[in-house]
Amino acid sequence: MSDQVDYSRRRLLTAATVGTGAIGVAFVAVPFLASWEPSARAKALGAPVEVDASKLEVGQMLKVVWRGQPVFIVRRSKAVIDQLGGHDDELADPKSLDSLQPDYIKGASRARNPEYWVGLAVCTHLGCSPLGAFEPNNATQLAGTDLGQGWPGGFYCPCHGSKYDISGRVFKGMPAPKNLTVPAYAFSGGARISIGVDEAPKTAPI
Amino acid sequence: MAEASESADPSKSGGLIGWIDQRFPLTKLWKEHVAEYYAPKNFNFWYYFGSLALFVLVNQLITGIFLTMNYKPSSAEAFSSVEYIMRDVDWGWLIRYLHSTGASAFFIVVYLHMFRALLYGSHRKPRELLWIFGCLIFLLLMAEAFMGYVLPWGNMSFWGAQVIVSLFGSLPVIGGGLVEWIRGDYVIADATLNRFFALHVAALPLALVFLVIAHVMALHQVGSNNPDGIDAKKHKDAQGHYLDAIPFHPYYTVKDLVGLTGFLLIFCAVIFFAPTFGGLFLEAPNFEPANPLQTPPHIAPVWYFTPFYAMLRAVPSFAGTQVWGVLVMGAAIVVLFFVPWLDRSPVLSIRYRGPLYKIALAIFSVSFIVLGVCGLKPPAGIYPTLAKICTGLYFAFFLLMPWYTKLDSVKPVPERVTGHA
Repeated sequence: MSDQVDYSRRRLLTAATVGTGAIGVAFVAVPFLASWEPSARAKALGAPVEVDASKLEVGQMLKVVWRGQPVFIVRRSKAVIDQLGGHDDELADPKSLDSLQPDYIKGASRARNPEYWVGLAVCTHLGCSPLGAFEPNNATQLAGTDLGQGWPGGFYCPCHGSKYDISGRVFKGMPAPKNLTVPAYAFSGGARISIGVDEAPKTAPI
Repeated sequence: MAEASESADPSKSGGLIGWIDQRFPLTKLWKEHVAEYYAPKNFNFWYYFGSLALFVLVNQLITGIFLTMNYKPSSAEAFSSVEYIMRDVDWGWLIRYLHSTGASAFFIVVYLHMFRALLYGSHRKPRELLWIFGCLIFLLLMAEAFMGYVLPWGNMSFWGAQVIVSLFGSLPVIGGGLVEWIRGDYVIADATLNRFFALHVAALPLALVFLVIAHVMALHQVGSNNPDGIDAKKHKDAQGHYLDAIPFHPYYTVKDLVGLTGFLLIFCAVIFFAPTFGGLFLEAPNFEPANPLQTPPHIAPVWYFTPFYAMLRAVPSFAGTQVWGVLVMGAAIVVLFFVPWLDRSPVLSIRYRGPLYKIALAIFSVSFIVLGVCGLKPPAGIYPTLAKICTGLYFAFFLLMPWYTKLDSVKPVPERVTGHA
């Protein structure tokens, strides 16, 4: 052994030890971070939901819970469906190009069956639940706000004032950047709606 | 041993203290941080808020520990366990109101403490790190307060958490996964409440206490600033005593007790006569249980977050994302960290600065308060416009600081601290 200290060797060994230790710490951190992911139980509770909307009257809305999130099912009258294309110039994203929905949700009706509109009742701004105001052309007072004479019927978010039409399309100049999200859903005979799946289950559950 | 002769007093003193001092630096710590910590003799009203913040921290820790003895951190039981504390636990209402009012008091005291630094340049060299520790404490305090507000699991707890957690969702690419990871579910749920409880009662208080110790150690390393913004330890008399600095104990311990008395008069009056403070300290929708299907008609955070919340709302969505408002809100906090370097004035204290800084600080203070009001109000009428203007003024105060502080006229700084003694 010489009395000379080999500093470069010492630095290398120190760096290698620290590096190995850091990799170990990173691996140990994984279980702790992963424990914050939705648990197996939370995932199981995220299963699809079956709703029978046949009892819904025209102009009425049903609120169901899927994955703990509120989902709107609105039954629209023919008059309301016919005028859906009439206010595209007032909308931020009339063709829903920048919004979230399955591929089979297209056009102004944003629905598989134009009569029933299904969408998440979660404002795309900050996740509040919008209120329904489906009567068109009515100076509707909602949450202390006058929706105006030209109101075509739709949703109003009371938190920050975002307005959506009855297909969940957001108007221009609103805090919300996107149209209301449409979840995957499917009809299984008449007005039975399965929320959370793209195709209806073959045998309807009891 | 060599140390024995060097530090004369501790090891020489007999009795229990001497026994301890040989094993733990008790007398040394007491002298360094209390009895022989020399502070400028010209402290005024604004210097109460540091010790008051410490007092409120201790209040939060003690009342918090006692609240956890009856609180149940589950979505099924949380709301009713808080009602149980309020109605059935002996003196539970007092402990809970001490904690909930303490949260608001903490922010009042901390905001005034920070304003003091802006008044007298307490963030300037050599106190930059002291200021940064303080900013970190402020940041942690906001996280702590937010998670604490979720725990009663009232409807405002739920929807407030929904809004704030969704902020992370606006971040590009990672947003969606990040939000799911924070919540531990597809919505704010039991898992979220339970982990917020863990963070609120263990992780964040530990970090807060650690940072407060670092804050005080940094203060004692560089010494306290004072209303004149000059070095109070420059002049000594023939015996080597500071002419402008006095020991923290007994002089400032006694002075701070007077401040504490005044504070407690107001604090107790709120607890006993107006614990909800008209819906500002505890909001009305939080007296009904969390309901994921029913958003309260108007969501507003607790008052101490409203200035930042107003900034968030003031920025419209752009290019299909609302991330800009989130970034502006984050920048409003981040910019605080840079104040020591943005300020280019040759003097520290507002007493010797010219009109530019005085006007700028006044406009900033008014904008901050107006933003606070805007954040409480629904986004209608004049408030969105007002919030946009005040957001601009808030940032102008910081971003234009290098110029107006440099251009500003200054008065000659005195050699010794001034006072009315």
